[in-house]
Amino acid sequence: MAQYAVLIYAADSAHAPDATEAELETCNDHADDLVASDAMLAAYALTPREMATSLRAGSVTDGPFIDAKEIVAGFYVIEAAHLDEAIAIAKTNPVLREGGGVEVRPVHSGGAVREPRSVTDGRADPA
Amino acid sequence: MVARTPPEATAHNKARREPRTQQVESTLAKAHRSEWALVVAATVRATGDLDLAEECVQEAYAGALTAWARDGVPANPAAWLMTAARRRAVDAIRRERTLRAKLPLLVEPAEPEPVEQAVLDRTHDEGAHLLEATEGSLMQEVADDRLRLVFLCCHPALAPEGQVALTLRLVCGVTTRDIARAFLVPEATMAARITRAKKKIAGSRIPFRMPSDAELPDRLDSTLTTVYVAFTAGHTAPNGTDLVRSDLVESAIRLGRALHELLPDEPEVGGLLALMLVTEARRNARVSEAGRLLTLGEQDRSRWNRDLIAESDVLIRESLRRARGHPGRFVLQASIAALYSEPERLADSDWPQILYLYDRLLDVWPSPIVALNRLVPLSYVAGPALALAHLNEVARDPRLDTYPYLPAVKADLLSRLNRHEDAAEQYRLARRLTGNRVEQEFLDDRIARL
Repeated sequence: MAQYAVLIYAADSAHAPDATEAELETCNDHADDLVASDAMLAAYALTPREMATSLRAGSVTDGPFIDAKEIVAGFYVIEAAHLDEAIAIAKTNPVLREGGGVEVRPVHSGGAVREPRSVTDGRADPA
Repeated sequence: MVARTPPEATAHNKARREPRTQQVESTLAKAHRSEWALVVAATVRATGDLDLAEECVQEAYAGALTAWARDGVPANPAAWLMTAARRRAVDAIRRERTLRAKLPLLVEPAEPEPVEQAVLDRTHDEGAHLLEATEGSLMQEVADDRLRLVFLCCHPALAPEGQVALTLRLVCGVTTRDIARAFLVPEATMAARITRAKKKIAGSRIPFRMPSDAELPDRLDSTLTTVYVAFTAGHTAPNGTDLVRSDLVESAIRLGRALHELLPDEPEVGGLLALMLVTEARRNARVSEAGRLLTLGEQDRSRWNRDLIAESDVLIRESLRRARGHPGRFVLQASIAALYSEPERLADSDWPQILYLYDRLLDVWPSPIVALNRLVPLSYVAGPALALAHLNEVARDPRLDTYPYLPAVKADLLSRLNRHEDAAEQYRLARRLTGNRVEQEFLDDRIARL
């Protein structure tokens, strides 16, 4: 088995800090499906592009690193026997039906290092 | 392990002591053309490593030259080559394992032992059986391996130019140097493309497997496109005597035939083969004695290969029937090419039917080039003035900005409207855009005739 990261590209992320459950329903349903299929190892939803900050040598700027129509809205890591299986799983992502797409990247190494200090309601605690 | 002569060759030795080198060479050349993909595919199954497989197959072919000259040509050259290549693969895997055992500190966490052992065992068993079973389930399995190899090389996760290069190298056995020459790039560039594709296969774990039914339409599309690109690269030869390019055409047709044999129910596979055959049928007539490119209307139709056209007609009828009212890109393109080939003179072509097929083609394959080509039958059905108006619409697509056939078609329409000055200007523009010498001479001739 190998690990593949699936990077979600969309016009923007639905996961605004104040997003409602209803706004996140499609994403959450898909995440639930992947959890149920036992394929997913880790998943991260990122906040919208207006929350992004980019750094280059000597500069800090507002916005995503690459100024493009799509941004990385989130990513998750799945386990699959080979690329075809990973593609089959990634293809079920609802973003493909919403004008966006995903990028599948084999994972070289890595993983979570430790648990966060506090977690509230499934979200990282801003405090 | 000591390399042994495959048993079949030894048995054959008794029957024929002094084979002629010439016979060995011609059998080997034939085996190279027709069995290369089978031998590579069977070896990939044993090694799970494309580089190692390619190396072993090359060694097996090289070894065959001496072994066959010494012992006689085996009854089943393909089986002999597969066995020889797989033996080398087994040896190499063994050596690598010994190396790992000696240098335990460098060893990465190994694959579970049983898997590797199973591969070795199976390689041995199959090697032994191959020599006995020349037909039946095992040969079927090997044939399926060849199909897996084709799907592997044409995986859409590989860059299109990598797919073509890898397919020609691994499936068709064309040397990297010849592939580079056909695509007009330095050999080092082509070698790098092949290496990059192989690295992606290994690094992203593109599997050696048959696509599932759900995956098949997409995978087939990418595969057929790759074969057609190889064919087209050979077909747009700068002159009729270029051997490298005709080798590409033959390789692509051979692969098309093999795919059709393995996937007889897929209408697009039959469509691609038909399209290649009907195009190939006209090859001899495309260029005049003086080396000038001839239009479809100028070609001496008696020089067309009628056998190939007849064969492609059967394939088209079959594929149209199998497509059940939803013919794909290749079936439609083949049908159009066949309709162009039917009458004695181009002017007698069934233009309304050709136009109808182009409309269907544009539905399934909305390409600006198809839209441009569609204007030719439109000009004969509805007149050059209307076609010219449509052309100005089509020309808005930036993908056609450097496409020499756009001004060439425009020039033809203009000259038919007696606007000779405008036509000449368009021909000159087309001439600047094409890099092909034969096409440039053709355009010069058009200008002179205005």
